[in-house]
Amino acid sequence: MNILVLVKHAIVSNIPIMIAAEGKGFKSQGMAWEMNDWDRYAIEEAINIKDQKGGEIVAISVGEDCERTLRTALAMGADRGIKVLFDSMDSQQIAAAINEAIKGEKVDLIMAGFQSQDLNNAQVGPVLAGMLDLPYATAVTSVKVNDDGVHITRELEGGFEEEDNLKLPCLLTVQTGINTPRYASFKGIKQAKKKEVKEVTFTPESSNLDIRKVYFPEMKKGTKIEGSPEEVSVKVIEVLKERGVL
Amino acid sequence: MEVYTIAEHSEGNLASVSFELLNLANSIKGDGKSNAIILGGDAGSIGESLTKNADKVWAVNDDAFDNFNPELYIDIIQKIVGENKPALILFGDTPFGKETAPCLAVKLNAPVQSDVIKVEVAEEVSVSKFLCQGKAMVDMALVKSDFYVLTVRESIFKDGLELNGEIEVVNLEPSIEPRRGFVKYIEPEAGEIDITKEDVVVTVGRGIGDASKMGMAEDLAAALSGVTAGTRPAIDNKWLSKDRQVGASGKTIIPKFYMALGVSGASQHVAGMKDSDLIIAINKDPDAPIFGVAEYYIVGDVNEIVPELTNQIQKAKG
Repeated sequence: MNILVLVKHAIVSNIPIMIAAEGKGFKSQGMAWEMNDWDRYAIEEAINIKDQKGGEIVAISVGEDCERTLRTALAMGADRGIKVLFDSMDSQQIAAAINEAIKGEKVDLIMAGFQSQDLNNAQVGPVLAGMLDLPYATAVTSVKVNDDGVHITRELEGGFEEEDNLKLPCLLTVQTGINTPRYASFKGIKQAKKKEVKEVTFTPESSNLDIRKVYFPEMKKGTKIEGSPEEVSVKVIEVLKERGVL
Repeated sequence: MEVYTIAEHSEGNLASVSFELLNLANSIKGDGKSNAIILGGDAGSIGESLTKNADKVWAVNDDAFDNFNPELYIDIIQKIVGENKPALILFGDTPFGKETAPCLAVKLNAPVQSDVIKVEVAEEVSVSKFLCQGKAMVDMALVKSDFYVLTVRESIFKDGLELNGEIEVVNLEPSIEPRRGFVKYIEPEAGEIDITKEDVVVTVGRGIGDASKMGMAEDLAAALSGVTAGTRPAIDNKWLSKDRQVGASGKTIIPKFYMALGVSGASQHVAGMKDSDLIIAINKDPDAPIFGVAEYYIVGDVNEIVPELTNQIQKAKG
């Protein structure tokens, strides 16, 4: 079972983010970047499948600065990496870059995170499935590999799930919570440095989108409560009493 | 421009997003028509009420579509839209829409954007959407094309034109054998407590740090005679069981008091709690999107504030 895992070097979003001076994207310096949270689950799931079925895990990442995330994938357990030196906010271009970079690879299963934590598009997976004409499923919450296909559950709304069977080869994007991603061990990190990473370039066709402006939306915040923990608590209790909660 | 919307339904009921898409379609169609596409065993009868907001409803009666298989939908949508171009195709930003729209765009050689909150059709098609879980926004124009495919955030386009369109039941059969087969739906497991029935809910998010902080949250909930709940990361980390998840993929709650501890406020979560009577949020990040939904907010460390707050509540109650 040869598994290709798509991993993204993504912006850490739960701390302040910075928009580039020209207002067309984010700053490349001064912000924290890490492996996209959803992709950690994709790598872990690939490792679990490989443990049962054998084969090889290839991690691929698109981005000039994706080396660290790719090495993290290798340290977790991917066997080798492909680094595509190309940056874009257009997910169709990213999928096209991956499609080109994996020509010649023998892949049975492609796994990716359901969405990225920075652009939140949830597109690269299904777009790539379309380009490769593969059956696919998104927001997958469990995977069982059978002889001729995979049995999955995927997330719907309101706590509901559905079960599906897909023929192989196929593409799955995984939801967080599908497993507990491992942290790279010291040994894994050491080994990752020696693993093969192939660098490829990509020349895109023109983009399908023209970014006009990236900006901070006006947020109508509520009333701020300030002060020491004691003072803040006093004010919160006043509000709770006023509103009949206490 | 022609606008096609893809209706969603379950157990004979149309999802409200199906009407929201038509509201948007009517506001941008210009000289074109607003069309709704509905597929399923009873599509013809379920789709009848869509004529209220659509110029034309296309219904295909076939059980094969009941489980929203993306391969089948992509096949039939292409057949209905045909050469009727230029055209915009709108899905809800739902599990089905997110899954199906990007792949349809490949087949139609169309630009695609997901989770858009604003669409303008003039010389060009331009859209706006949130980035970084609601912290940033982007305005963009899509390249001129025969087709455009978008998924549209729910609960935005709630009002619109009333029309009295027509419905046509069309006989179309899928020309492909899907490689993905539906097995069954799984209902959510009921927990000991139903958080939708509680007056006070204390919700923890990734920002509380780790499982050792759950006791602190539970103490606060107990002092308020309420219960604890969690965001997706809190559930993924097994701090709470799945039946305590608040959000689009979990439960939608409307308590009298909702307290958010270390909750960032991703749209997925906000969809499940925004209508609470009173919302107070504590987060270290001064730009946390949850502060946009909270009535009161505190920028600070939950570890310092929550124990003190619990203490004072206990004293106030005597």
